[in-house]
Amino acid sequence: MGKYILRRLTIALPSLLGISLILFVLLALAPGDPFGELATNSNIPPEVAAALRVKFGIDDPIMIRYLRWLAAMLQGDWGFSFASRIDVDQLILQRVPTTLFVVGSSQILALAVALPVGVYAAMRPYSIFDQIANTFAFVGFSLPTFFTGLLLILVFSVNLGWLPFVYRADIPGSGWQWAWEYFKQAIMPIAVLGLFQAASYTRYVRSAVLDVIRLDYVTTARSKGLNEGKVVIKHVVRNALIPVVTLVALQMPAVFGGAIVTEQIFRIPGIGSLLISAILANDTPVIMAVTFVFACLVVVFNLLADIIYGWLDPRISYR
Amino acid sequence: MAVASIAILTLLTAAVLFGPLIWRMPINEIDFTARLSPPSWEHPFGTDDLGQDLLARMLYGGRISLAVGFAAMAVAIIVGVLIGAISGISRGSVDAALMWITDLFLALPQLPLLLLVIYLFRDFLKNWVGAEGGVFILIVLVIGAFRWMPVARLVRAQFLSLREKEFVEAARALGATTPRLVIRHILPNSLGPVIVAGTIDVAAAIIAESTLSFLGLGFPPDIPTWGRLLFDAKDYLDIAPHWALFAGAAIFLTVLTINFIGDGLRDALDPRRVM
Repeated sequence: MGKYILRRLTIALPSLLGISLILFVLLALAPGDPFGELATNSNIPPEVAAALRVKFGIDDPIMIRYLRWLAAMLQGDWGFSFASRIDVDQLILQRVPTTLFVVGSSQILALAVALPVGVYAAMRPYSIFDQIANTFAFVGFSLPTFFTGLLLILVFSVNLGWLPFVYRADIPGSGWQWAWEYFKQAIMPIAVLGLFQAASYTRYVRSAVLDVIRLDYVTTARSKGLNEGKVVIKHVVRNALIPVVTLVALQMPAVFGGAIVTEQIFRIPGIGSLLISAILANDTPVIMAVTFVFACLVVVFNLLADIIYGWLDPRISYR
Repeated sequence: MAVASIAILTLLTAAVLFGPLIWRMPINEIDFTARLSPPSWEHPFGTDDLGQDLLARMLYGGRISLAVGFAAMAVAIIVGVLIGAISGISRGSVDAALMWITDLFLALPQLPLLLLVIYLFRDFLKNWVGAEGGVFILIVLVIGAFRWMPVARLVRAQFLSLREKEFVEAARALGATTPRLVIRHILPNSLGPVIVAGTIDVAAAIIAESTLSFLGLGFPPDIPTWGRLLFDAKDYLDIAPHWALFAGAAIFLTVLTINFIGDGLRDALDPRRVM
């Protein structure tokens, strides 16, 4: 297992490098000097601007600039936010936990809904339950998160007044009161993101279980006299989960995309809303760093999926 | 379900294409006496904060939303088929390299990169082809550039199995060149799943465009795409919910019907139906 994880890591690193190269080439191809914001400011005299250009190395060849940028990123020197006047890495470190909390809980919610519903629907294909679940799944992933978010705000915050629609990371107090407040503000964003993902996961789970449930070894397990629950949980679901894990990993970029939208709707102070506000404020170092962090998160989650994969099917890790 | 969806989608498309010819209310006529009015006979979908007629704006915006969807789908399919075909017909290092790139693109965080590209290149294209055209080209290209990977994989998988089939071998034995083999024999047979993927891509592109507009980074404010309408409406949810509801419902209905059509096509094209 250890060797397998190491091997997956050596595959993940080049793709991270590839992503960083794409990011950097995009930045270099872009017209104008995104990093030269200070240098083009008319309040700064030309000799200072020229000195800044030399300092940032804007006129060097692109490969050298890429290597220098990469080295700086690796050393944790992520630059300085023009808008917030603090270091970018601090800014991001403040925001990442909130995003991970929202994304993580929504994924747990999504799987908690999708697994039972998908398995149950696949055990009775084309039954009424299956058809209702299928219709709901279609409706679920056709509803864009920004629309469901607005609908929930309209119903639960504006009309009923039950839930707050602005997310606060710094609620005062402690104990049960605090936890309850925190829970109340997190319900809507997590539900929006989680149910959207649950819709597509349900379909994955259903089709994966359908592929497995008619195999001979399942019939064998049944004819041994195992009860249905044991057959499904120990024999069917474990094997059906293998393709599901792949598909969930492939969904990761979409999940983080959805997180950006939800953070924007509910004003959650995570890295998604940081990205939007940085774009609106032309804060290039922050934009680059946040995009890179998103890329890292996606790669990390893919790696996690690979490890779960090896645990679900031990044959994979020996190959 | 799929047939009903085709009917609804045709109706929607027709409304968007010919609606402005019938409903002749201008999209940008400002009327402060009718600010934020709920739906009425005069304004069937109500008005926005400047008293502009929402039905007219929805019809106009729908044209753009649908056009973006179909154009981005075309870009994704062209790139995907090209990469998939090259990778599927050539063995060895070319195939490996192209598949590595495909996997890399699949692992990219798409929305942040979309935002980044639009942020970096928006002004340049605006100066080059004008505000509307520039944003349109940019959004279509970028959405297309981030959606081709599934198509490429599908086409490659089809190619791998088709190129070993007898009819391809027969054509090769008759002396057909590789380009002819690909274009006349393999490609037409591999398009079934591509059509399904393409249908779903239209829906994904429409969602992507509305997401961008919703984040305020898509089309400029004077072009009322459905996502933009939602973006403008979200600050008036408490006093004018109709504004957001109509635009959101339009996106939802379009995407839902397209997804149903894609699913129906998949069932029709897939012989491996589970009973």
